[in-house]
Amino acid sequence: MTGGLLSPPSVWRLKPFIYRLEGLRCDSCGHFHPLNYFVCRKCGSKKLVRDRLPERGRLVHFTVVTQAQHGFEHAAPFIAGLVQMDDGTYLLGQMTDCDPENLTPGMVVEAVVRRLRANDDSSLIAYGIKFRPVI
Amino acid sequence: MPAVRNAAIHGYGCYFPRYRLRGEELSRFWGKAGSDLPVKEKAVAGLDEDTVTMAFEAARYAIMRAGVDPSAVSAVHVGTESKPYAVKPSGTLVAEMLGLSRNTTSADFEFACKAGTEALQMVTALVEAGRIEYGLAIGADTAQGRPGDALEYTAASGAAAILVGRNSTNAIAKIEYAVSFVTDTPDFWRRSYERYPMHASRFTGEPAYFHHTISALKTLMQENGYRTEDIDYFVFHQPNVKFPLTVAKVLNIPLSKVTPGIVSDVLGNTYAACSMLGLAKVLDEARPGQRILMTSYGSGAGSDSFVITVCDGVEEKRNRAPTFTMLLNRRKEIDYSTYLRYRDKIRV
Amino acid sequence: MRTYLLGGVVTKVDEHWDKTLPNLMAEAGLKSLEAAGLSTVDAVYAANVYGEVLQEQANLASVLAEELGLKGVMASRVEAGGVSGLSAIQSAVAAVNAGLAKAALVVGAEKLSDITTEEMTSLATMEERVEYVGMLGVSQLAEAALLYKEYMKRHMVKQEDVAYFTVLSHEHASTAAHAQYPFKVSLESVLKSPYVAEPLHRLETTAPADGAAALIVASEELARRLDAPKCLLTGLGFANDLVTPFDREDPLEMRSITYAGLRALEMAGRKRTDVDFAEIHDSYSIMAPLTLEALGLAERGTASILARKGYFTLSGELPVNTFGGLKGRGNPVGASGIYAVVETMLQLTKNAGKNQVDGAEVGLVQSMAGLGALAGVAVLEAVR
Repeated sequence: MTGGLLSPPSVWRLKPFIYRLEGLRCDSCGHFHPLNYFVCRKCGSKKLVRDRLPERGRLVHFTVVTQAQHGFEHAAPFIAGLVQMDDGTYLLGQMTDCDPENLTPGMVVEAVVRRLRANDDSSLIAYGIKFRPVI
Repeated sequence: MPAVRNAAIHGYGCYFPRYRLRGEELSRFWGKAGSDLPVKEKAVAGLDEDTVTMAFEAARYAIMRAGVDPSAVSAVHVGTESKPYAVKPSGTLVAEMLGLSRNTTSADFEFACKAGTEALQMVTALVEAGRIEYGLAIGADTAQGRPGDALEYTAASGAAAILVGRNSTNAIAKIEYAVSFVTDTPDFWRRSYERYPMHASRFTGEPAYFHHTISALKTLMQENGYRTEDIDYFVFHQPNVKFPLTVAKVLNIPLSKVTPGIVSDVLGNTYAACSMLGLAKVLDEARPGQRILMTSYGSGAGSDSFVITVCDGVEEKRNRAPTFTMLLNRRKEIDYSTYLRYRDKIRV
Repeated sequence: MRTYLLGGVVTKVDEHWDKTLPNLMAEAGLKSLEAAGLSTVDAVYAANVYGEVLQEQANLASVLAEELGLKGVMASRVEAGGVSGLSAIQSAVAAVNAGLAKAALVVGAEKLSDITTEEMTSLATMEERVEYVGMLGVSQLAEAALLYKEYMKRHMVKQEDVAYFTVLSHEHASTAAHAQYPFKVSLESVLKSPYVAEPLHRLETTAPADGAAALIVASEELARRLDAPKCLLTGLGFANDLVTPFDREDPLEMRSITYAGLRALEMAGRKRTDVDFAEIHDSYSIMAPLTLEALGLAERGTASILARKGYFTLSGELPVNTFGGLKGRGNPVGASGIYAVVETMLQLTKNAGKNQVDGAEVGLVQSMAGLGALAGVAVLEAVR
């Protein structure tokens, strides 16, 4: 069936966030929203301005995921992490280029674009942000 | 070809994955002698990497070094023979990942291992002609060797990016001359729907790699009156370690001018990124005023040769992004089975 | 509020290979009508989350009405993630109290058998912000694991003490005929089960299965005329919060649960201390202490201390998940809230058999969507 999260229009729509961490920042309270919102979900203000999250942050927690979700079976085990970006925003994402032994909460990590999913040899490749320890 | 009038390297970036497959491990698996390895080990792309992601990483570092806003870059040419899509330009993916200008000229280039320097030729010309202010030339590959084939020892993954802009005092290096030399030489090829390339044997040496590398280099030096003493670094395409050292011997180039630009021994042959990675490694250490001569080679066949003069900007800019050595030190050894998994070679 | 609930019915949570989703629902619905002593209702509410995805059946309530042999009735499918059951009850209660219906049948059901564990993990992640976490490859399971880590760090609670809630759930499920896993498990076996996303072990999560539960919401006038055992819904509260826990000021606070609980109790005119037992939404072991603490039934960080003391057992001060909860009885997502309400009805009408809580007069049911994106709380009381 066509449509779905990985359909061309869907992947295309999500690019500004999944490639470049772009979204909207509330002019009143500073809360960052990924993608598109009409109203600040924290304070209700309607004044939202285009902004971009910083590329770096600090690792807060991580977990080694052995039971993958559908579409990521071949990637397991992988590491999912919670990162606090340099502007204070908390972001969830997969970790890459690291092993659990070299990760410590508090370490500086940066957002880089990687292959997220390619269902098969003919489908669209979905690229998007993952985090990795700064080189 | 006339001198390059107005083009300089404002940023350079290299990227290669952290995974390494040692030649000894390959020999162990295939039951071959562990001696006389063409390279010590090679870099292997991880499960979530491909030519586009590596190109992005290298280009990101090039932009970081240059200190320009990505939206000021309006050309991105990616040279590769391992595009994730046969049809869908890698360049536009990279452009959007980086946030380049929408008015960007972009196309993917193929010329085997010299596709990256071909992109550099193109971007240099665009800058020179005043068509663009800044452009990215990227060489990136996740080279594949047929399991059990000799090429498996060397076919590696890596990317190098050069940001070209007009001459300026704080540029990293000035591009002085650029020359190309091409013929139809069937040393190595891959048909459209084939997964792995085919290659000749010893024919890939003298009539292919050596003929084009030496012809381009000689043309460049003779046309512009350079002698070996005038050049501080010679960077070559490196399908293995032996070939570039042999060129040096044949042309009486002191090895001390060649070894700094050797990367294949520890990375393998990163194909379209190869010579540009050698250049990046040299730029990590070169001093203002020194001259670098980079000669690539791409099967099919051809060579691009450039003379680059290092400028004052290099000292300030080189440390804005990870150096070749810093990336090299990021290393995780994998065994052959992991390599098969990562490179998606297990198919039923 | 005083709304009557009767005809509570549960199906064993199992793999019902031979039954379609409408079949599963109709069977429970017909038993519910029979138990209530009714031949018809004015409205049918279907609580179901994944029917459109897995069974490719939209308009589920109309299909159900047909299989119930009803015509001319109002029918609607209600979906609110794990809160679907309570939301469907809310729709039924609102209809009855507004005079739109004299009696409304609520059937919750889900058919998850035959999907892979990976697919289930994806389905659960559909409750989260898919364009963000779904796309970037972080499942609800991984988020729960990250909450677990934050909880252990902040309150200095050991992994064993959170995992203990699984043991408690299975303890109660072991005597429940309709439970998915009617057997005890030891803490050791929980901790020895493989990690799914550390520190979560497999036994600390729920596994997919089929299930259906049903009940009838009736007007006071109708209820009084019927002989069937009945009880009262006296409080109902819902509250949403930011969907991704880490977008909230404090990811562990679970404010949606707190507000839903306060509203339900206030509506019922009850204090926390009046609650005799509670059915909570333990989709992951870590959600048990987080929920109990958010409801104010334990001080922050101390739920596991009470659990270890036996506080939450059937004979303890505050029995929790008296038939095993989501972990032991099962979690057919859209149905889970209905299961919990029917189990509460069994307690309040003294029909809980081996799982009976002595002196059960006031029960609290809590459901959650996602990881606190939405919470619903119902207060039920015995008819005196």
